[in-house]
Order: sequence, then structure tokens, then C-alpha cells
Amino acid sequence: MHIVILGNGISGITAARFLRKWGDHQITVVSAETTHFFSRTALMYVYMGHMRFEDIKPYEDWFWEKNRIALRQGWVSNIDFAAKRLFFSDGIDMAYDKLILATGSVSNKFGWPGQDLEGVRGLYSYQDLEYMEAFSLGLKRAVIVGGGLIGIEMAEMFHSRHIPVTLLVRENSYWNMVLPAEESAMINRHIQEHGIDLRLATELKSIEDNGTGKVGAIITNTGERIECGYVGLTAGVRPNIDFLKNTALEIGRGILVNEYLETNMPDVYAIGDCAQVRQPKPDRRPIEAVWYVGRMMGETVAYTISKQPKAYDPGVWFNSAKFLDIEYQVYGEVPVQLADHQATLYWEHSDGKKSIRLVYDKNEGHILGFNLMGIRYRHEVCEKWIKEKTPLEAVLQQLGLANFDPEFFHQYESELVQEYNQQTGKHLQLRQRRGLRQALRFLQQ
Amino acid sequence: MSFVQKIGLFLFAAAFALFTLTLGLERYQLSEATLGIQNEYHKSAILEAAAANGMLGKRYASSFEFVPAFKKTLESAKSQLDKRAKTDLPEGVKEWDFRMGSWQLKDYTFQAVRQSAVGPVSSNPLLFLWMTFGLAILGGLLYILPQWGEIPGIKNNHIYHNAMTRGLTWGWRAVFLSAGIIGLLLYGVYYMNKSYLWPAVSALIALLIIAIVAFGEKQVQKKAPRSASPGTTAWLGILAGVYLIGFYLLLYWMPQHITPWIVIVDPISKVLNGGPASQWFLYGLLYTLIVLVMGLRMMAKYRHNRYQLVRTGSVMFFQTAFAFLLPEILVRLNQPYYDFKNIWPLNYTFFFDWNIKSLLNSGALGTFMLVWGIVLALVGVPVFTWLFGKRWYCSWVCGCGGLAETLGDPYRQLSDKSLRAWKYERWIIHGVLVFAVGMTVLVLYTYFTGSKDVLSLNTETVRTWYGFLIGSAFAGVVGTGFYPLMGNRVWCRFGCPLAAYLGLVQRFQSRFRITTNGGQCISCGNCSTYCEMGIDVRHYAQRGQDIVRASCVGCGVCAAVCPRGVLRLENSSLDISQRTEALRTIHIAEDRVSLDF
Repeated sequence: MHIVILGNGISGITAARFLRKWGDHQITVVSAETTHFFSRTALMYVYMGHMRFEDIKPYEDWFWEKNRIALRQGWVSNIDFAAKRLFFSDGIDMAYDKLILATGSVSNKFGWPGQDLEGVRGLYSYQDLEYMEAFSLGLKRAVIVGGGLIGIEMAEMFHSRHIPVTLLVRENSYWNMVLPAEESAMINRHIQEHGIDLRLATELKSIEDNGTGKVGAIITNTGERIECGYVGLTAGVRPNIDFLKNTALEIGRGILVNEYLETNMPDVYAIGDCAQVRQPKPDRRPIEAVWYVGRMMGETVAYTISKQPKAYDPGVWFNSAKFLDIEYQVYGEVPVQLADHQATLYWEHSDGKKSIRLVYDKNEGHILGFNLMGIRYRHEVCEKWIKEKTPLEAVLQQLGLANFDPEFFHQYESELVQEYNQQTGKHLQLRQRRGLRQALRFLQQ
Repeated sequence: MSFVQKIGLFLFAAAFALFTLTLGLERYQLSEATLGIQNEYHKSAILEAAAANGMLGKRYASSFEFVPAFKKTLESAKSQLDKRAKTDLPEGVKEWDFRMGSWQLKDYTFQAVRQSAVGPVSSNPLLFLWMTFGLAILGGLLYILPQWGEIPGIKNNHIYHNAMTRGLTWGWRAVFLSAGIIGLLLYGVYYMNKSYLWPAVSALIALLIIAIVAFGEKQVQKKAPRSASPGTTAWLGILAGVYLIGFYLLLYWMPQHITPWIVIVDPISKVLNGGPASQWFLYGLLYTLIVLVMGLRMMAKYRHNRYQLVRTGSVMFFQTAFAFLLPEILVRLNQPYYDFKNIWPLNYTFFFDWNIKSLLNSGALGTFMLVWGIVLALVGVPVFTWLFGKRWYCSWVCGCGGLAETLGDPYRQLSDKSLRAWKYERWIIHGVLVFAVGMTVLVLYTYFTGSKDVLSLNTETVRTWYGFLIGSAFAGVVGTGFYPLMGNRVWCRFGCPLAAYLGLVQRFQSRFRITTNGGQCISCGNCSTYCEMGIDVRHYAQRGQDIVRASCVGCGVCAAVCPRGVLRLENSSLDISQRTEALRTIHIAEDRVSLDF
């Protein structure tokens, strides 16, 4: 059986690895972007000089041949689902028995005037990085449109090269559709502390040509004109499926898949950023363009193909990021707008760069989620508490079990407990401090 | 870079240039007073020979002219004495007092060069001490201290854009590796008095290891792994590497050419131990000052990370107190020179006869030192390593580790992470361990039996070759000289027999591991890149596997540079075998077909 995987990002590559681990089928991974898999989330470090491109490839180049995973670099322009054939732009075609679509995303463009000028681009692919690099020498100012994870990454990248950056954020606080107000405000302060020109509640209206077909300035919705030599478009991404429009494949915003990640076409699956789950689990979005989701989907589809059908279940939500110097981890439900049954307990360090937030069900009393800034928590411990609907007070007293900060780091769990005591008039004590042995014992229970 | 930092960099560069230049500032003129020899027969014979060949009173422009001339003088004095020893040996004088031993020639040369120097350095050592060491420290501090004012966080920006820290291309790496190995082995022939035996045996073993690794690889793996810079080479790094290699060659084997440096630190030596400085005092002082100043740099860089602060403070303390000050004070108190934290087999001279005798002759303290050294090696190492991993020594206490973690920090990313390098590592480092243990067994055999020959092996030759090849060439010339070329832990990773011993304990019987945080890894590769021991940390982290590796020195930098909070250094043996399994899947647990997370 020939399994073709379209896309060599984390979803496609995870699928390929597990297909090989669990079976002996012929596997081909197709990509037009790069020959080898690299960590997309690490592109920024190549630009900043932390790593070379070689270093963000998680496997040595011989890995693919050794594991009999064929790599085909090329652009698929068309797919004949009935004949089970892929057609490449160079005229060659390829037959498949099973096809996994893992084509990822493209950067959003919202029809801004001038959005197709030279020097205007998103940051998603290796080519985007090269493009950004080509414009960086002698760049006087860059404007970044969109206050999300990629926007702040791009700001950090330019900032590392001492290129002045203006960051336009449509909302009135950074990423406040995802981060609760306090955490969002913390990041606002941190961005400004670094000397990045943060413009909240500001939108892009149009991009001006400098007379040579390149960007010269942008105009904001407040009428301000900001001269710049580069515009980063980071207002989110959308599934990379344009080449699949007008085929028999059923698509919505992404490629529609059922719980087994199957599309409407026989033997065709879709995973990762490009997949849109028809019936997502409660509290989950149909498209989740997140590294971890891609990885879980890749593993699930490989299991379905090589062993037995396995429904995709992402489990308890988790994510992480780093905003300049502040690390962020989230486990479970941490909504911006609390529902009626939800309540939250928040503690912030006086330096304004660390915080712990617990979200809980105030009727039932059990824990729902954790949001950490500048502090690391154990994934497995948090997940177990959430899954088992552990009462908030039990979590609070055991909270040290979750702490994953390095040795000698101060532990702030007791301050969160105090915060709780103050709010409730209770006298809870922190009973458990950080420690591997205790955490593992707890996980064994 | 701020204005203050620019001044600091300038001061450091100027002091460094002057330091290098001092080697050429002195002139050399031999006289009776500068000979510095107690033995009257030797003294008069040398003076006679010097007068005969016109050396006396003649001024030489450099040590490179002076030393060959003086060696000739020594040769003729020696042959004169040898001749006269047969015919007119003075009454009551032992022949070996009268004749010159070949071991004395080196010492006489070194003393003569040192004392025959005339020039600005020898007339103003204190001034030069301030203008070299003093200004370099000041410049370094001016450059480093302002970093404390910056926003804390991981700052590795532009390390791979920098001509000092970018690393080498494959071609350059091959040049340095082959030139290093071949050059040192050839020099070894000369060092062993033109005996080819041990250099040839070593070359054979090197070829054997290369063959084992090369033939063990599958065809596909023979491609060049990702370990060298793809594009340009760090030219400043090459210059720095060449300078360091040159420094070690001079320090170990040609100290007669660096006497101005030794003269500069004389004032400090006199304060500390009461005597003039030796090349080893110079080295110890330089080493300690570098660990201290670059330790402050390390602390500034990781000022948000208490593990790094405490650990760096620890290596700075152990280097200053235990490796440098305490031995000097012991010497001042007429006790044996002893570094309490230097453990056999890294301290390979510990079981040498002269060391054992010196310790046994030094009363209760000497006996304590002997027992301490043995207990530390045989009990301390396994117990502490079981409790905390080998980090308790390698990145908290050890001097080599101390230098690697301070001076070497800017080069940690240059370690080779390929599977091939790991294979070389295991063969070479365990080979050195076997060599060290074997050599020590032979030396002890000689100590207890008095016989110098075991199965036609001369134990003294073996021990001399070990000292040359491992003790000096590997640990020093390659170990530090290769910092800017192949990373800061080349010695610790490939060569240190103690690291091998600690590593075996860590791998098979220790509570220490690096835990990975569930499914949070994004495979970015910061951990692997900044692992100075060349461990591909990401390989484990991205599959949620806890890490137990013999080579891990527990520096904690992988955990520090991780942008997603995935890695943590921890001590507990609970579940350690299960959680380090290779096929611990991230998402679907295969046996149960259930979701983990």
C-alpha cells in the first residue's frame, strides 16, 4: 500500500513516523517548502541567530532514508480523487492508495489596499523567513499587523536586529481574545518595556507604495501614517486549501473531516491546520492551528490506518508560548469571559512578570483550568486534576506537585493559597511543595 | 553595546595585546648572577662554556635566539663535566652531584632565561601586572557589569551571526582535527625521546576507533551530519583557537619562552606562597581570574535563573578556594600542594610514587589527604552521583568544568549533536578510562614491588605517555584550545576518565534525570543546540521521554533555554526505567488504546 502524505510539517511527519513504526507500507511525504521537516515554531530563532536552519530540523538528514520514508519535493497542483492520483506542477503524477492531507496554513490577508506590494508578507513558511531576511538589511522600521503569537514573535525578531518595530493590535489589549485581562495587560507592559512601539486598538487601513512597487508607509484607521520598509501580516492564518477548491473534496473553512479524520473522499484523510473537524468536542474549535493538535492528529490517523479506526480525541486542552521573555502555559479551560458557573483565583508577582491563575467551577467546586505566566507547571499533574474534577481546595493544598520550575527557583504556591484564604476567610495550608518523587507518586494513584 | 561596554572591550583588547607583546619586549643577557644555579661544579662549567662560545655578556633579542645558544652552552658544559668525572672527580664528591643530569637541563634553561631577561617587564613587573591583568579585568568588568541592567531573559541573539561563536565549516574542522591529532602524535615522538612505540600505538588505536564507527554506520548514515556551520567559518574563533592552542603548547612544553608572563605574576606569587612564580602558578592565577570574570558574565546572562546563579557561584568558589588559594597556602605552610577536590582518575598523578611518598611524609595532614583522595574516588563519587547525578562534580565543583561553564559558555552550541559524534564519544572516553586505570595499576605495581617492568611494559614510559597524551595534549591543548572550534566540553565529553567513571554511575545507578513536561515540546531544538555535551535533548523531549545519559553534566542550560517549560533536572529513582523508555508515546498509549493527554 502506498501512503502519500501531502505536507511535511509536524502533522504529516508525525503521521509518517507512526505509520512506519506500526507498519511496513510504502510512505511518501510531499512538500514544496523544504526537503526536510523542520520545526516551524523555531523559524524565529534562525533569524535571531540562536540556531542555524540545520538545528531546527528535529531529525538528521539520513533519518528518512533509514526509515524508508520517501521525500518528494514538489508542488501538487491537482488531485484526482477518483483515480487516486496526484498531479505535480512539473507534469509528473503519482498514484496513492491512501492520501493524508496535511497542507497547513497560509497567512490571512483581509483585502487591505496595498497588501500585495513588495515587502508585505506574513510569517509562516521557510520562504517567508527568507523574504523577511532579504528585507532586513538597512531596514528603518517594520510595522506588524496583528497582535497574536506570530505578531509578537515577529516583533521580537526585528527587535533582535535593532530594527524599530511598530505592532498594531486591533483589540484594546494584546491577545485579549485568549488571555484574561490581567495576563494580557502584563504582556502589554512587557512589550513596551522592550521598547517596541505597541499600538492598541489600532487597525491597518492601507499600505502605501514608495513609488517602486515596494511598501513605503502604512495608514492606520486613526489616520496616522507610519513610514516603514516592511509590513508583517500576522492577523492569523487560514487553512491552505485553495488548490482543493472546486474538487469533489468537501471543504468549509478547512477540509471537513469526521472523528476518524476521514474526508468525504474514500481513503483521503486530513490532519493538522488544514483540517476542520465537523463535530468538535465541547469547548473545542473546529480548526485548531496548533503544533500539539497537529501532532496528536498525525498520531491518530497513523493508528487508524495501520491498526484499527481510532477516533480523534485531543483530551484536555493545553498550549504554551513565549512572549519575549515571559513564558506562558495553559491547561484546561481558561476563558476570557467567565461563564456563570466559573470563577477564577489569580495571583500576580509584584514584579509584574509572573502569575498563576486557577479557573474552577464555583457550583461543583472542582478545578477547570490553569494559566501560568513566567512559571512552569507539570502537564501531567494539571491534566490529572482537571480530568478527575479535583476540588479546588484539594488542588490548592497540593499545588506544589504541579510546579516544574528549575531547582532553587522560588515557589509561589503558598502565596496563591494565601490569596484564596484572603478572599474566602478560610485557613488553607499548602501541604505539598515541588518535587519529582511526590509528583510521580500522585500520578501513579 | 553601550559606550561603557565599548570602553571595556577596548581596554580588554589593549591589555590582551600588551600581554601578548610582553613576550617580545625583553632582551636576554647571561652573566654569572643570572645563571641561578646552586651547584658550584655545574655553575663554573657552564660559565666556562659560555665564555668559550662568546655567550657571556652578549645580548640576545629574544628567547628564541637565547635558548638555542644556551642549550649549546649546556651541552658543552655537560660533556666537559662528563669527561672530567672520569679523570679528576674532586675528593668526596659524588659522581651524580658532579655530572649534570638531563632532567636538570630543562630547569637550568628555564632559570637562566628567566633571570637573564633585561627590559621593561623585568624591571617593572608590578606596572605590567596592572597594565595586563589589571586592565583586562577592568575592561572585562566594564563590558560585563552593564548587562545586569538589561531586561532578564535568555539572550542568545546573533550567536550564529558572530565571527567568534559561529563555529567551523566541515573543511576547517577537518583541518584542525587532523592537524591536532597528527601534530600532537609527532610531537609525542620527540617528547618520548624519539621513541615511536607509544605514538604509533596511539595512532593505531585512533584508526581503529575511526574504523569501528565508520563501518558500524549504515550506508545512509554516512552523509555528513549537521554539526558544522554550513556557510562561513568563524574567523575570530579560529584565531582564538590558534592562540589558545599556542598558549598551551608554550605552557606545557616550552615554558622558557613565556618567562615574561611568569615574571609579571611574581609579585602575587610572593604574597601567596612566599616564592617566585612558576609556569603553573601563572596558569593557576590566569585560570582562576578567567573563571571569576567570565563567571560574572555567566551570572549576568542567567540572572533570572537561580540554578545557574548558584551553580556558577559554586564553580567560582571551588576554583578560587580549593584549586588555587588552598594549595598555595599549604605550600606556604610547608605542606604538600594538594587540591582537595581533584579526584583520581582526573587527577592522574595521585597514585604516582612521588605523590604517595610526599603525602606519607607529611604527617597527619598528609595521611589525611591520601585517605581523603582514595575515599573520594571510591566512595564519594558513587554516592554523590547516585544522589545528584554527575553534575555534583562536573558542573558544580570541577575546575575543567568551571572553565567550560564560564569562559566556555559562549561556545557551548558548537558541540556536535550527531549520532556519529556520540559513537566516537563512547569509544574514546571509555578508552581513556581504561588507559587511566591500566596506567594507575602499573604505577601502583611498581610502587609496591619496586619492579618497573610488567610484561615488557615499562611502567614509567606508560605513565609519561599518559601524562603527555591525555594529561596535557587532550585535557589542555585540545580541551581548551578547541573551545571556539568544537565547543567548550571537548575534553569533558571525549576525554575525561573521571567523567567516564561518573557517567557510568549516572547511567546505571543514579536518581538523576532530566524530566520532560508531558506533551509541551515543540521540537524547536534550543535544548540540543545549547547542550555543551552534544546530547540531542530534543530527541527525547519531543517524545515525552525522561532523559538519562551518561554524558549529561547537569548544567541545566537545556531547561533554561527551553521556551516552553519542557525540561527539568530532577532527582528521584521512582519510575525511572519506565519513564525513560524509548517508545513512550506522546498521545496514544498503544497497549491500552486510550488517550494519555
